[in-house]
Amino acid sequence: MPSLDDLRKRISSVKSTQKITKAMKMVAAAKLRKAQEMAENGRPYSDKMNIIIQNLSKAISDPANAPKLLVGSGEDKTHLCVVMTADRGLCGGFNTNIVKQAKSYFNKIIKESKNLKIITVGTKGLDQLKREYGKYIIKKIDFKNKKKVSFKDASLVGDEIVKLFKNNEFDKCIIFYNKFKNVMTQIPQSQQLIPAKKEEDVKIEQDSSYDFEPEEDEILEDLLPKNISTQIYKGFLENSASEQGSRMTAMDNATRNAGDLVEKLTINYNRSRQAAITKELIEIISGAESL
Amino acid sequence: MDENFNIEIVSPEKKLFAEKGKSITIPSFEGEMTILADHISTITFLRPGIININENKKKFFVEEGTVEFSKNNLTILSSTIIDLDSLSKNAISSMIEESKKELNQQNIDDKKRYIISHKIDCLSQISL
Repeated sequence: MPSLDDLRKRISSVKSTQKITKAMKMVAAAKLRKAQEMAENGRPYSDKMNIIIQNLSKAISDPANAPKLLVGSGEDKTHLCVVMTADRGLCGGFNTNIVKQAKSYFNKIIKESKNLKIITVGTKGLDQLKREYGKYIIKKIDFKNKKKVSFKDASLVGDEIVKLFKNNEFDKCIIFYNKFKNVMTQIPQSQQLIPAKKEEDVKIEQDSSYDFEPEEDEILEDLLPKNISTQIYKGFLENSASEQGSRMTAMDNATRNAGDLVEKLTINYNRSRQAAITKELIEIISGAESL
Repeated sequence: MDENFNIEIVSPEKKLFAEKGKSITIPSFEGEMTILADHISTITFLRPGIININENKKKFFVEEGTVEFSKNNLTILSSTIIDLDSLSKNAISSMIEESKKELNQQNIDDKKRYIISHKIDCLSQISL
């Protein structure tokens, strides 16, 4: 049975934890709104980019001469996985979910005895992956010192990937991130970047025959690296919205748990105080009786 | 017939401009190009230059970008686009300085050299 003093201390410590989690929840909620707005504002760009690329790739008559970024290197030996996680913790299962998805993919690759290369974006993913897959990690990127990730940062990552691809370092590139569905749910996603997957369900009007200036493949050559940066940026945005959403829910739960705990502890505290008082009374009464 | 068409300028961060317009002049990679309504469907990309909407009504500076025109809808996608109204003289001169530094580096290829020198030309011609 803890003493009254101990209980009092515990109550006050849980209360201050609750204050912290509550504040974090508020901050996350504010940031979430911003991140969500950014994700929504970023959508038209990547959607339009997608449509243009679909149009272009349809127009290419000779697939043998098509840019490698679109059709791939023709082999399927080395896979490059870009795992995008947060730089900060305390956001529920956010980082773990991405890492879990990535790990199951890694194991599949290793089982098929293909080569695996990993780029981690964000420190939390690196921490979780480096023990098991440390030897596969070829690059670590994080934006810990940055408040907001801009398109420039995304294109740095994109350029790096394109450079590696041009050096024939890998054949396939897959990115892992959390897709923001709503505040409660974030879905870990894997998306193939290179070769660009053709989306069959996107319907393009038949009569849209374009006039290309310069030639199709030249435009594609210029556009595809940009598309990779765009996709990565989109991943960043989705990820940051998901991170804040996940943190908000986690902190909400934590605040509620702390509230429950404080309640229980307070009842405990009151009971033991009452017990102490009763005991004292009994002692006084029995002392008076014995006289 | 309607002489206007939809112009949309989109950056990765947000939609910068979405209005109807009569004409737009873009610095296409192979030379300047003015688009009016009912132009043939086109896809092209940009080099550094000035986008001019409705004859000097609205101007943007771009470094690169992709343009799609189809069915009287024009879309410009660019990650390096700046509204000329928001650009100060100091900002321009610092951008020129930066590009000059970049030009002096050894490891750039001819295409990039051409683009950067063009950017400097274009920036120094901007008068506010």
